[in-house]
Amino acid sequence: MLDHLNPVVLARAQFAFTVSFHFIFPAFSIGLASYLMVLEALWLKTGQSLYLDLFKYWVKIFAVVFGMGVVSGIVMSYQFGTNWSVYSHRVGPIVGPLMAYEVLTAFFLEAGFLGVMLFGMTKVGKSLHFFATCMVALGTLISATWIISANSWMQTPVGFVINADGQFVPLGSWWPIVFNPSFPYRLVHTVIGAYLTTALTVGGVGAWHLLRDSANPHARTMFSMAMWMAALVAPLQILAGDTQGLNTLEHQPLKVLAMEGDYEPSPHGAPLILFGLPTSTDDSVHDRLEIPNIGSLILRHDLHAPVPGLKDFSRDKWPPVPVVFWSFRIMVGLGLAIFGLGLWSLVARACRRLYAWPWLHRAAVLLGPAGFFAVIAGWVTTEVGRQPYTVYGQLLTADSHSPLAAPAVATSLVVFVVVYFTVFGAGTGYLLRMMRRPPMPHEDELPGTPHHAGFTPHHGIKPAEAP
Amino acid sequence: MIHSHLPVIWAGIIGFAVFAYVLMDGFDLGIGILFPVFAVGEERDQAMNSIAPVWDGNETWLVLGGGGLFAAFPLAYAIILPATYPLIIAMLLGLVFRGVAFEFRWRDPAHRVYWDAAFTLGSLTATIAQGITLGAVLQGIRVEHNAYAGGWLDWLSPFSLLTGASLVLGYALLGASWLIWKTEGAAQAHARRMAFVLGIATLIAMAAVSAATPFLHYDYWQRWFSLPGVFLTSQIPLLVLITAAVFFWGLRRGSERVPFLMVLALFFLNFLGLGVSVYPYLVPRAVTIWDAAAPAQSQQFMLVGTAVIFPIIIGYTAWAYWVFRGKAGAHGYH
Repeated sequence: MLDHLNPVVLARAQFAFTVSFHFIFPAFSIGLASYLMVLEALWLKTGQSLYLDLFKYWVKIFAVVFGMGVVSGIVMSYQFGTNWSVYSHRVGPIVGPLMAYEVLTAFFLEAGFLGVMLFGMTKVGKSLHFFATCMVALGTLISATWIISANSWMQTPVGFVINADGQFVPLGSWWPIVFNPSFPYRLVHTVIGAYLTTALTVGGVGAWHLLRDSANPHARTMFSMAMWMAALVAPLQILAGDTQGLNTLEHQPLKVLAMEGDYEPSPHGAPLILFGLPTSTDDSVHDRLEIPNIGSLILRHDLHAPVPGLKDFSRDKWPPVPVVFWSFRIMVGLGLAIFGLGLWSLVARACRRLYAWPWLHRAAVLLGPAGFFAVIAGWVTTEVGRQPYTVYGQLLTADSHSPLAAPAVATSLVVFVVVYFTVFGAGTGYLLRMMRRPPMPHEDELPGTPHHAGFTPHHGIKPAEAP
Repeated sequence: MIHSHLPVIWAGIIGFAVFAYVLMDGFDLGIGILFPVFAVGEERDQAMNSIAPVWDGNETWLVLGGGGLFAAFPLAYAIILPATYPLIIAMLLGLVFRGVAFEFRWRDPAHRVYWDAAFTLGSLTATIAQGITLGAVLQGIRVEHNAYAGGWLDWLSPFSLLTGASLVLGYALLGASWLIWKTEGAAQAHARRMAFVLGIATLIAMAAVSAATPFLHYDYWQRWFSLPGVFLTSQIPLLVLITAAVFFWGLRRGSERVPFLMVLALFFLNFLGLGVSVYPYLVPRAVTIWDAAAPAQSQQFMLVGTAVIFPIIIGYTAWAYWVFRGKAGAHGYH
C-alpha cells in the first residue's frame, strides 16, 4: 500500500517538517546567546547580582533550547544524503564547503565553549567564563552566516559552471558564491528576526511575571530590555524586509508575485492586496481587499511603475501561489503587531507606566511566541517561493531526490513526526515550566554544576532529592 | 602540485573526524548503553555528569564526518546514505533521544526514569545503527551509473549484524573504562568489573569480525595475506594482543587511566585494520577517493580554512576537557 505513495512528495514533506522544527530552536538560541552575553557583561560591569540572577535563569532555558537545536540539526546534515542524493552529488562541490565551514568555524566553537558556559563558572573564573559565553554567542552568529550563505546561493546561484558529471563547480573565485546577490539581505533579515524572536519571548516572560507582581525587579529588567529591543529593532526589521523584497523582485520575481498574489500584469501600477483568496483553478485572487497602486509603491518605490504578473511566465515555473501568499501575510501581520507593541511600550515609558499597564503586559504575553510563528512563516515564504527548484532556475526539485523507496520514506516520516512531537513537545513543556517560575535572587545553577563546599545544591529543581 | 594529493588529504581529514567521533562519542554512547546497570541515584548522576559538559562537542565530530563527506566526496555521500537509509534515520532518531535526555532528566524528576530509558534506548539504537552501517559499507554497496542501485534493506546481513553487535560491546567498553577514570567509590568498582567482562567480549567480537572480513571479498583476503604485505599487516593483530594484555594488567593493578588509554589504542588498531582493508575505496570495490572527490577548487578552498581552524579546534577542545578534569562527582565536578 505504501508503494502507491509518491516518494518525492513524502521526501519533501519530511524535509519541510524536520527543517521547520529545527529552525525554531536556532531562531531562539541565536538571540538568547547574545542576550546572555549582554546580561553577563552588565553583571561584570555593574556588579549587580540582579543581572547574574537573570543570566542563571535564562542559561538554564538556553541549555534545553540549545540541546534540542543540536539534535534536530544533526538530522538536517544527513538528510541531504538520504533523501536528496542527486542534489548532494550535483551541488555538493559548492554548498558542501559552505556547510563544512559552518561546522568548523561555528559548531565546534559553540560546542567547545558550551560546557564551560553552562557548568564552568566556578572552574574558570569570571573573565574566562564571560569569554566562553561570548564564543558561544559568536558561534551562533557565524553559524547563521554560513547556512544563510549556502541557502542564499540556492536562491540566487552565481559563480559556477556545470561540469561533465553534471556537478555545479566554482567558476573561479569563491567570493561571489559566498557573497551571492541575496545573501546580505537575507542574513540581516534572518538575524534580526532571531533577535526579535528572543526579545518577544523574554518580554512575554517578563510581562507574565509583572502581571503577578509588578514590583518584581527581575521581571521589570527583563521586560524593559525586551521592549527596548522590540521598539528599536522592529522598525529596522521592516526596513530589512523591504530591501530583501526589492532584491527578491530583481532575482526571483515569481516569488514576489506569488507573495503579492499578482497573477495579472499591472502595466500602470500594481495594487496592494491586503487580503483575498488566491485560487489556482482560475488563477485569480477572490474576495480581495486591495489598495490601488500601493503594490508598485512598495515594490518599485513608485506609484505608477509597471509590475509583471505570474501570467507573464510559463506556468511550470510558478511556485505554489496560495502557500506563499498566506505565509507572507502571516509574517507581515505578526511583524506589524510586534512593531505596534514596541510603539506602545515607548508610550508607556513616556507615561511612566511601563511596569503598571496590565493591558500592555497582556499584549506582550500574547505576542511572546509571535516571533516563532513569524520566522517559520518567513521561512516557508522563501523556501516554497523558490519552488519548483532546489537551485533556483537550475535544478528542479523533481530532479534532486535520491533513488527513494516509498515505504522507507513514509515510515521514517511518520516516525519523525511522532518522535519530534513527543520529544520536542516535552521539551517545550519543560521550557514553559521553567518560564512560569519567576527569576529569584540567588538563582539556582544548572544541575551538575560544580559547587563550593557549603553551597546548597540546586534547591527547588530536584525536590525529590532534597535532604 | 598539491592538487593531486587533495583527495588523499581529505580522506585523511575525514578519517580523522570519524575516528575522533568514534572515540569521543563512543564513551558517551557506551555510558548510555550501560546506564540501566547503574544504580539509580548517585551512580547514574556521576556517570551523567562525567559527560554532560563534553557530549555536545563530541557529537560535533559526527557532523564534520557527514558534512565533510558531503563537501569533499559528494558522490560517496550520495551513494552511502541512500544505501543505508533506515540505519541513518534510526541513528539520527537515537541521537535525538540521547541528546535531550541530558537536560530533560533534570527538568522532570517525576519522569526521570523515562528519560533515563530514552537515554539508553537512544544510545543503543544509534550505536547498533552505526555498527551495521560499517558492516554494510564493508560488505559492499551496489552502484550503477554513479548512484545507489540496490533496495532499501540490502544492508541487512549476518555480517552487518555482527559488526552492529560488536560496536555495542566496543562502545560499552569505552564507556566503562572512561568511568573508571572519572568516577570513584562504588561506581568506580562497578565500572572496573564491567570493563573486565566487556574487555573479553569485545576481543571475541573483534576476532569474529576480523575473521569474517577477508571472506567478504577476495581483495580483502589479498590485502591481509599476500606476501610480502603479510609481514606488515600481521603486526596489527600482534599489537592488539599486546594492547589487550596491558589493558587487563592495568585493570588488575587498579590503574585509573591505563584501561581507558588501552581501549583507545584498541580502537585505533581496529581503525587501522579497516584502513588496510578498504583503502583507497570510499565505497569498497566501487568508488575510490579519486572517483568521488569534489573538484580541486572545492577541496582546496576548504583545506585552507581547515589547516588554520583545525589546530584551534583541537586546542579549545583540549582546554574544555582540561577544565572538567578530575572526578565528576554526583553533584558535578569538584
